[in-house]
Formats: sequence, structure tokens, C-alpha cells
Amino acid sequence: MNPAAPSGRDRVLAQIRQSLRRAAQDEQAVAPLAGAGPRPAFSGDVVERFVDKMREKAASVERLASLADVGAAVARYVAAVPAGPALRVSRALAGIDWPSTLTVQHGAAVREDETSVTPCFAAVAESGGIVTLSGADTPSTLNFVPDTHIVVVHASQVVAHFEDLWAQWRATGQPMPRTVNIISGPSRTADIEQTIQLGAHGPRRLHILLVAS
Amino acid sequence: MRVGLFVTCLADLMRPSVAFAAVKLLQDAGCEVVVPEAQTCCGQPALNSGDSGDTRQIAQRVIQAFEGFEAVVGPSGSCMGTIKHDYPALFVDDPVWRARAEDLSRRSHELLSFLVDVLKFDAVAARFDGRVTYHDSCAGLREMGVKGQPRKLLAGVSGMQLVEMQGTEECCGFGGTFCVKYPDISTKMVDDKIAHIQASGAAAVLGGDLGCLLNIAGRIQRRGLPIRVLHTAEVLAGMGASPSIGEPGQAPPAGPGHAGQPQPS
Amino acid sequence: MHAPTTTFAARVAVAIHDQRLQAALDRASGGFVAKRAALVDALPEFEALRERARTVKEHVLSNLDGYLLRYEAEVVRQGGHVHWAATDAEARQIILDICKAAGAKTVTKGKSMVSEEIGLNDALEAAGYQVVETDLGEYIIQLAKEPPSHIIVPAVHKTRAQVADLFEEHHRPLGYTRHLTEVSEMVNEARQVLRGHYFKADVGITGGNFLVAETGSSVIVTNEGNGDLTQTLARVHIVTTGIERVVPTLDDVTTFLRLLARSATGQETETYTTFSTGPRRVNAEQSGEHSGEHSSEHGSEHSDVDVGSEHASEQSDVDGPQEYHVVLVDNGRSKMLGGAFREMLRCIRCGACLNHCPVYTSIGGHAYGWVYPGPMGSVLTPLINGIDNAYDLPNACTLNGRCQTVCPVKIPLPGLLRELRRQQFETGLTPWPIRTALQAWAWVAQRPALYHALMRIGIPLLSLVGRKQGVLHALPLAGGWTDTRDLPAPQGGTFQQAWKAQNGARS
Repeated sequence: MNPAAPSGRDRVLAQIRQSLRRAAQDEQAVAPLAGAGPRPAFSGDVVERFVDKMREKAASVERLASLADVGAAVARYVAAVPAGPALRVSRALAGIDWPSTLTVQHGAAVREDETSVTPCFAAVAESGGIVTLSGADTPSTLNFVPDTHIVVVHASQVVAHFEDLWAQWRATGQPMPRTVNIISGPSRTADIEQTIQLGAHGPRRLHILLVAS
Repeated sequence: MRVGLFVTCLADLMRPSVAFAAVKLLQDAGCEVVVPEAQTCCGQPALNSGDSGDTRQIAQRVIQAFEGFEAVVGPSGSCMGTIKHDYPALFVDDPVWRARAEDLSRRSHELLSFLVDVLKFDAVAARFDGRVTYHDSCAGLREMGVKGQPRKLLAGVSGMQLVEMQGTEECCGFGGTFCVKYPDISTKMVDDKIAHIQASGAAAVLGGDLGCLLNIAGRIQRRGLPIRVLHTAEVLAGMGASPSIGEPGQAPPAGPGHAGQPQPS
Repeated sequence: MHAPTTTFAARVAVAIHDQRLQAALDRASGGFVAKRAALVDALPEFEALRERARTVKEHVLSNLDGYLLRYEAEVVRQGGHVHWAATDAEARQIILDICKAAGAKTVTKGKSMVSEEIGLNDALEAAGYQVVETDLGEYIIQLAKEPPSHIIVPAVHKTRAQVADLFEEHHRPLGYTRHLTEVSEMVNEARQVLRGHYFKADVGITGGNFLVAETGSSVIVTNEGNGDLTQTLARVHIVTTGIERVVPTLDDVTTFLRLLARSATGQETETYTTFSTGPRRVNAEQSGEHSGEHSSEHGSEHSDVDVGSEHASEQSDVDGPQEYHVVLVDNGRSKMLGGAFREMLRCIRCGACLNHCPVYTSIGGHAYGWVYPGPMGSVLTPLINGIDNAYDLPNACTLNGRCQTVCPVKIPLPGLLRELRRQQFETGLTPWPIRTALQAWAWVAQRPALYHALMRIGIPLLSLVGRKQGVLHALPLAGGWTDTRDLPAPQGGTFQQAWKAQNGARS
């Protein structure tokens, strides 16, 4: 490779500057844009709105009094699908009493997994959506590989708008994880004759266990 | 108010009754109407074909011809849209002509919206029996904000039942040279429009732009359908009983008061 | 390479007479239009969102170098790689080099219009890689060896019977032998087949709807989740995206996300919105144990790893790609930035303009001859492929303006199309009969006395010919009109003539 030849990067940046009719500008020099985008206003309780939006988008929502009810709720749901007793559970989902009828494994999801259970980082009421951050104890394959994805959401995790979500993440001081997923329902497609079908690639079912705070 | 009438080439050549109707309505609303002789065309065909040189020259003629009128009004959303929105941009490098173009732009109006929004005129005294539907011509709608005003005026026409069809805002397929350059597509679009008209049960379709109306009427006639096509101004001016666009028996145009047929109102 | 072998007119003729295509277009576009309208009505902030989006995009474009550099620095900080491709050929080569270095055999793809723009699939296949599109619509047209006919629903022109045939032909070797009839069965079979590919893939290529400079993240939105499976299960994740996709912050991208799904499919949001930042995180203490392993094969073994650390972020990811590459594609965009078409760079590829365009909904996507159809395609194709390669696209438009009213970032599409026509005219690309007719008309129109004199003769003549029937059935040189329409006969003399007769001459 000819060391004197400008790289693709050099050429692209040079053309940008030529088009903008000015000299180079490094990333520090950009003056930030003032103001903020409008947020869709809504009234009423954020948790109620979150529940309505998730149901609107074909997720199912079950309300539980406390974390202690999660194990039994999962067992009931899985039996009703019907699916097998094996669960792929995020290690970060702690403090659950799993019934002995269920088997729990951790780690990344594998193709054979039927059901996963994960916590979430937050839930957004504006248009529905649970938010997960990937990590060692929250592998993101649990959100996509199994047929059924069950999410434990605490009512206190529900925020109104996406901006609130970002503020919450910034407040943790953590670097951006590899993946942030915002999931508002089961997988769907309308690519064949505009007919909506669930379970195109991702989970066929998204089930929310909403734990009161 | 002293108003300069922008006739439009289509009204001038193909259907003068539209221009006579415009004159009548403006006079009924209390305007003095003058028709500068030095006008021919707004230059849209050249503009939309990318011939900005010729468009500029035509625009200069129009600007000159209409200097000094408090308002310049024409029975076409597309022609007045060209004058109002496109003329100033033609003179980007010429501050003198740009200023003159902007001045004309400020004074330019589409007829029906001028009557309602500026003159607050609604004393229409016409009669038109039967069910009609309305086609919202694209340029009038999107460039000149013409939507409610024709309907408001038509509400004053006795005997008329205005039904809204599906897709009132869908393009009819005229598009100037588009209809002759891409006739397959244009014909399909006008057939879609006619299907909406038929589904509405209306016996007549009205609109504010002769390009659209000639296109729709031309296809209706070719297909032998019994739907009348008229310019809104004609109906409002009491000329609704005259042969509609494309109907046989065209009488030569005459002045206001007896345009073709006795006034039934 | 990009110019199609058939003419626009020929493709249009085929499309207009294809009843199945027409029905499919009506259903798809009609559905999107109605759903979008309902959501816009329900969101009072919609217009303010459009204006904010326009403002953010213009700010970014004016500072594009600074934002791209900031974005790049963040990506690198998080362990990713950024590649800059000035041309489509360079982009292809960069991706081929990454695949080669990874020792790849199978490549899965999430939906990426840019990858189609640069002709990536052909290049990958020519180099011996197995390429599998995972978006169901893209998968279908890949099997059919056809280009997309809509940017959101690329297989909109296919009937379920056609899809069943394609699946039977291509899935049979994989052991699926049933001929399917129901949509649900087809989706299920595709799910199983594609899972096989996801878990086998070495490289996963997705697009990037947006790039966030604040965090060095790429964003994809899907309803299917195929993009996520593509990028998470492969060893190497490549993002192919245009340089104009960068936005400043997470809050800014939220503005665009609020507009995108509503404008594209008439949904409040798509099912999955994913922010990807860098490769799998590897804690330095554990890196020796995990590099090179494919998480799907060893899932249960990973469950035994416990570093005992309190801070999750210090532990290693147990899934996700090991390499993360972003290929920033220029391909003419940096040049567009400096000219009359800069505003086209605001496009977020939502497809609203297509759905609302009466020409697109009459002729479908294939008629446009390339990757991008409808109004946005009519602007982009000549700009990327050369203005002389696509005469018809800017002209096959009535300038009705509906596209502009629905564009979430307020691109003045009719104005841009008209500017393309102006450039065509200036460079002599306008066919001479049209040029001549226009110039003749314009010449006369600038001479009112002559104009009126000619019309005083010509119009009554035409009127005479057509008076009896009210219309003219044929006119020399006007076949485009009179083949399918009558021309209403002129009423008689001209208005100016009659007015002058009544009122005397006034200048």
C-alpha cells in the first residue's frame, strides 16, 4: 500500500470539508445543539400506561404482589403455553424462589431453549417497552433466541419517556453496554401478503410479570 | 379593490367561461377587475421541465404586466402557486427582479381562497341541483392552502348536495407534461380518481384547476361515462347549467350574465 | 453496473398491467397510509417532532466531520473498529477483507439498504461466501433473485403462493418437503431455516438506522428481531451505514425514533430497538478463557463462570460478537453535502414518501430500476448513479407534493426533483421534441401580441373541429393524451378576444 496515498478516511473528510467550504473541525469544536425534542405528553399513571401499551402490542402482562410470586407465576405460564420445564434465566435475576418442577440454567441462550426469564433495567410508558442492558449476568441472547421471553418488571422501574431512560442510565455512571435492547412485544412480520404473524425470528411470546413496589 | 385578473392560458384558450366566472365573482364581491392584455402563460410548463431560462423571461413579462394591482387573482392553484412560490427563486442572483417578484408574490392569490380569506365574501347566489363531489387539485391544496374555502362557498349554492369522495387529495394524473410523457401511469391515476367519483354517487365533479378538469373530463368522455365536470367558479357564478367540460354543444363564450346559457339562478 | 437492461417505459407497462402487483400495492401502501394518519392525529407533538428532526439533521450536516470524528472516537474507545469507504467499491473491499480475516464461510444479513446500494451480496457470493438475508421480505426476494420493490416491505409484490413455491424449491434440500399454504406455516418454516443459519454464521452484517455520536452506538429497528439474531450470534458484527446517519445524542435519536416507525409502518415503535456499542466486553482477567469460543455451543459451561465481582460491567459478556466493525459509506454523500441536494441527506429511509406517492403506488418499486424507489429513489438514483443514467425518474412525477407533506424530516422532494430536471435540461438530456415544443411555446408566450394573434386563429379552428362532439379524439403529436383520453374542445374564441370585444383594449 502506498503510504502517500490518502486513506478513505482522509478523502471522505476532505470532501466533507470541501462541501462545507471550511477548514477541518475536530470533534471537540462542534457547538452543541440547543433545545430538546418534544415529548409526547400523556396523562394518567405511568404504570397503567405501560401495561396498556404492552398489551396493545401483543405482550401479556400479569401483575404480582411481590417477587416471591414470580416463581409460581412462571411455572403457571410455562405450563399453559405449553412449554417444557427448562428455563434459561439471567444470573442477575436474584431472589426468586423457583418451584422444583422447573429447571434453571444460566449463561447465554442456546437454540434448544424454549423459555427465558430476565430482569430489565427500566420500562418506558410512552409507547411501551422494556429495556435491557447486556452484560455477564444479563446475556442478550435470552431476549431473542427462546420461543418465550418472560420479563420481571418492578413497577418502580417504569419511567414516562425515553429521555428519562437515558437520564437514568447516565446517572449510573456506567459505560454503555454492548447492547441496549428496547423490546415492545413479541417478534412479528407482515412480509407475506401483509398478514401479521408473530414469532418471525425472535420470541413468539413476550410475557411481563409486573411486580408491585 | 382593484384586482388584476390572471386569466391562465388554459382558461383563455380552452374555457373562457372560467375566466368570466372569476370576473363575475370578483365584481360581485366589490372588486374592480382589470385584465392586462400582456399576459399569456405563467411559465409552468417551462419551469417544470427545467427550462429556467425561458421561465425567467416569461416571469418577467408577468411581473411587469401585473405591477400596480392591489391583488392579482387567478382561477388556478397551480398557476398562482407558480407565481407566488416559484417566481422569487428564479431571480436569486438578481436583487432588483427578485424584489419585484417578491412584491408580486405577496399580492398573488388563488381565486376561491381570495374570495373567502381576503374579501370575506360568501354571498353566492347560485343554484345547482344534484349531487357533486370535489377534487382537491394538488398545487392549490399544498401550495396555496385551498381546501375549506371552495367548500364554504359551495355550501351557499342552493339545491347542491356536496359529497366527499375517497381520495379527494389524491393526484388525478395531470401533472402538466407528465400526462403526455407517461400516459400509462397518468391514465391509471385518472381512472383511480374516476373510480372514487363513481363510488361517491356524484353526478358531477368540481375542482379549481383546469388542467385537472380537462384531464378528468377527457378520460370520462373517452370512457363514455355520464359524469359532468365543471370548474368551481363556473358553478358559483351561476353557469352550472352550461355544457360541462368535454360535453358537446359548446356555445361561444360571452360576457358575464349570459355565459352560454340563460342563468337559472 | 447500475443501469437496468430494460427501459422505464417497459417496466411501467408491465407493472401497470400486473393485477396482483396492483392489489398488493394498494393493500400495503393503503394500510401504511391509514395507520400513519391515525397515529399522526393521535400525537399533537408530531409537527414539532418533524421540525426538531429537521433542525437536528441540518445541524449535524453542517458539522458532519466533527460528529463523525466524535462518533469514531467513541466506537474505538469501546473496542470497535471504524472503516471509511469513499466509494461503493472500497466498501465492498473493506467488508471482503474483514470476512477473509475472520476465516468466514457463512454471512447472515439484517436489512441494510446501503448494502444493496453498494452491491455487497453479489461481491460476497462471488468471493465464495454463503450469504443469507434474514429479514423475511429480503429473504424471499433473495430466493427469487429479485431486487426489493419497497424499502420497508421488499417482497410486497409476492403472493403467498409464490412464496410457498420459493420455499419448497429452496428448503427441500434442507429437509423441508411440505408444500405450504398458510402464511403462519411459511413464517414458521422460515424461522426454523433461518435459525440454522444464524447459529452457523461467522459474520453478521446489519445496517444502521442511526449512529449516536455521544456513545459510539449504532441503532437498528426491526419488528422481526432478525437484526439482533444476526449481530449477536455471529463472531463478527459489521454495520454498513451511510455517513449521514450520525446524530449527536441519545435524546436526539429518540426524536427520530418517534418519527420513524409512525412514518414507515404506522406503528408507534417497532418491536425491537437495539443500540449496539462495540464488541463483547472482555474482562482482562478472563480474556484467556473466552476468546474464540462461540457462546451458543458452550452456553451451559459459561454458567459456571463467576468472577465474584460486584460490578457487572467489569465481568465479561457471555454472548455477543467478538469483533464490531462499522463501515461508513460515503458513495457520493459528502459531495451532495455541498450542492443543491444537501437536504436529501436528511432522509431516514422511512418509506413514507413511497406510500403516499401516486406514481409509486401505481408502478411499484421494480419500475424504478434500482435499490431506492419512489420519490426518494427518484432523487437518489440519479445523484448516486449519474444523472444521465436515470432520465425518467425525476420526470415521472406530477410534482403533486404529497411526499413533502409526509416526510418526517421535511425534505423538499418536489423541489429537488425539479432541480434534477433543470440540470437535465442544462446538460441537454431533455429529449429534443420536448425541448423544441417548450421553447416554441415559451417564445410565443413572451410575445403577447403574436400569441393572441395565433390563438385567435388556432383556437376557433380547434373548436370548430371538436364542437359537435365536445371533444377531439385525436391530435397530431398529442398521442400521449389522445390514446386514452379525449381532449375537450375549446369553447370558441379566446377569453382575451371576448373580453377585449366587450371592454375595449387595456394594456
